[in-house]
Amino acid sequence: MTTQLMKGNDAVIIGALAAGCRVYFGYPITPASEIAHAAARHFPALGGVFVQAESEVAAINMVYGTAGMGVRCMTASSSPGFSLKQEGLSYCAGAELPCVVIDVNRGGPGLGNIAPEQSDYFQVTKGGGHGSYRLITLAPNSAQEMCDLTFLAFDLADQYRTPACLLADGVIGQMMEAVDVPKARPVPFDHSDWAVRGTPETRHLITSIYLEADALEAHNLKLAQKYQRITENEVRFEEYCTEDADLIVVAYGVVSRLASSAIDLARQQGLKVGLLRPITLWPFPSQKIAQLAETTKVFLSLELNSMGQMVEDVRLAVNGKKPVYFVGHCGGKNFGCQEIVDLMKKYL
Amino acid sequence: MKIYEKPAAFYDEFSRKGGNVKTTHYCPGCGHGNIHKLIAEALDDMHLTEKTIFVSPVGCSVFGYYYFNTGHFQASHGRAPAVATGIKRANPGSIVISYQGDGDLAAIGTAETLHAANRGENITVIFVNNAIYGMTGGQMAPTTLLGQVTKTTPLGRQEDLHGNPVRMAEIIATLPTAHYVERVMIGDAKDIAQARKAIRKGLQNQIDGKGYSFIEILSPCPTNWGMTPVDAKKWLKEKMTQIFPVGLLKDTTEGQEGKWYRQFADFVPEKTDAYLEQLVDVGHLASLDGVSAPDGLQCKFAGFGGQGILTLGLMFAQLAMRAGSKVSWIPSYGPEMRGGTANCSVNIAQKRIGSPLAETPNLLVVMNQPSLEAFEASMQPGGLLIYDSSIVEKAPQRKDIRVVGLKASDMATELGNSKVANVILLGAIIAALDLYPIEFVKESLKGIIKKKALIDINLEALIKGYEMAARR
Ligand code: SF4
Repeated sequence: MTTQLMKGNDAVIIGALAAGCRVYFGYPITPASEIAHAAARHFPALGGVFVQAESEVAAINMVYGTAGMGVRCMTASSSPGFSLKQEGLSYCAGAELPCVVIDVNRGGPGLGNIAPEQSDYFQVTKGGGHGSYRLITLAPNSAQEMCDLTFLAFDLADQYRTPACLLADGVIGQMMEAVDVPKARPVPFDHSDWAVRGTPETRHLITSIYLEADALEAHNLKLAQKYQRITENEVRFEEYCTEDADLIVVAYGVVSRLASSAIDLARQQGLKVGLLRPITLWPFPSQKIAQLAETTKVFLSLELNSMGQMVEDVRLAVNGKKPVYFVGHCGGKNFGCQEIVDLMKKYL
Repeated sequence: MKIYEKPAAFYDEFSRKGGNVKTTHYCPGCGHGNIHKLIAEALDDMHLTEKTIFVSPVGCSVFGYYYFNTGHFQASHGRAPAVATGIKRANPGSIVISYQGDGDLAAIGTAETLHAANRGENITVIFVNNAIYGMTGGQMAPTTLLGQVTKTTPLGRQEDLHGNPVRMAEIIATLPTAHYVERVMIGDAKDIAQARKAIRKGLQNQIDGKGYSFIEILSPCPTNWGMTPVDAKKWLKEKMTQIFPVGLLKDTTEGQEGKWYRQFADFVPEKTDAYLEQLVDVGHLASLDGVSAPDGLQCKFAGFGGQGILTLGLMFAQLAMRAGSKVSWIPSYGPEMRGGTANCSVNIAQKRIGSPLAETPNLLVVMNQPSLEAFEASMQPGGLLIYDSSIVEKAPQRKDIRVVGLKASDMATELGNSKVANVILLGAIIAALDLYPIEFVKESLKGIIKKKALIDINLEALIKGYEMAARR
């Protein structure tokens, strides 16, 4: 195993390379541009493709083209850019195309600023484009996970023929940590029964249009079943000190890192507190949270946004059994560890 | 319309269409039927059907996949050239046709159209210009003629309200990378023969790797023009050609053979591994004899931009990583960035790093006055503060911390390179914290410093700082 100190944004491309992706289409945007920089350096060096697209919209549609051939490909952006990609993502979901999209969440709404936020939870996890669909959403909280979850995203996308997203934040993207570089592995999926490759046998049709009501309903029900299978099989999360916890913080990304330090501090003071960190934001670890609701006394959703987004999913999972509170920061302001400890004391 | 003597590139029956599987969905007198037939015949004659990928847009031609026995992509409105780019780049051996109407190509997809042309994508674009939105029921198109009545220009298109018809072929022809641009029309037999030639040339260019071909085809839409097919053809020839003159606009394909064929290599895991291997410059950790992994360090490095303060933090993190610790390094971001300081947080632990920020550092290294003022108060009692006393004029105030000041910048200048002040400070940190044997640091730095010519001066600086702090 080789280890390298690298930025989370660079680690994304290392993970992608190991997963066999060498096709990148993207548009520059802070704070996600390093991902494009790394792709521009590494993909062509391995005989792959890097295209700086004319727009976010063009980039996701280029992805649609490559993905429709069953070839691994990706794009990355930050919040306003992700908004622009929503139409294309709806098409990718509708046409069932495997691809990977990274969103390094920055401050909004509108132009906002370039500082870290977690205000894209809704637009990523709820399927922000038109129509009924979901995006597999992974939330890394370290440079290693930026690498590993990118790799995983490609596999999940291929396995379920659907777009998979990484929802990261500027801190995780800009932070350098030691990353164990994974070994490359042949792509273990065969898409010859649907992918169009310009060969006699692959003269299939990539589309999301179903004119007849019956046909479109059948297509949607098929998609719904797929999303159900993903919900049943792909939930991932991490628990920290939850066994005896009276208060459980729910947090992802950089906030989960801050919360874990706060829990260490709080435990030193005798507070029984723990952390549930969703690694998949969709599918959301609802069952796990419902279980925890049996034993703990209160939940506290800490997020980098103003009104709470993930907290809605926490509340659905807790289903009124225990109180669920939300505290947020936004605009680039972040939690302090001592602040989190104080919040724990307040809500315990 | 009926297609007689059906080319083999068409399906035998249009079963995807439903209803009558023998006829197309196009209206009588519609130019799409003619154009489809010209394309199908070309695919037949040029033996391209099996390797062609047909990109259908949104518009009347959204159903291209009803007819051609090729691979198909249905693209979102205006994005066919982007989709075609995605296909062609990862599959350069395929033949990619981007078939688009005027709303698709010249309104909602103008950017994609121009930029695919400007990148010289090795594709063939068939642009069906019928001066109106067909499928949505006859609204003004970017190509609608002045005076032309449409659903959204009930009084006719007016220059001062709606602008002029957009001449895409002329615009595309200005791009040096668009090597073949021609406008043809579905008029009489002679016109159609010219259209046939143009389509074939566009496809041949792609086969030959000559790059981007753009064929604009004026095409009647009797339904939305409110004319009989015969009148429609007449209007097309008499009126449309005044604004959209047919003919060759540009052919600079000579000498371009193969130039625009962009290779795409298959994924070979072993090659990727070898590539990743050479990227990693900390392949193996320095010998760990007598080196123990540091733990519980929460560090802040702060100074002016350009002093190498972020690099100092990074070197400090890299040393700890080589010594076997978990490390994180993060540059300042958000509101912290204000006030003239560049700074970074470094966390070092044996097991797990929670927060990557250094809110309450136990090691603070500062290279300017504002940084000292910004962070001194946040330090943990008992922590170590190291500062460059060549620059920081007002000494630290705290009595509950350890303070080491050294004239790093002056010492660096004496050494002959003002840039190594940060490494002098690094030496001082190592000594003051008694972190590692100096040999380990020297060996590691040799691997960490990228410019080999600078290694000696840096090692000298390291020792200077180390000895200076060790003496205290
Ligand atoms: S509406 Fe016009 S373009 Fe569309 S099929 Fe009918 S004649 Fe052709």
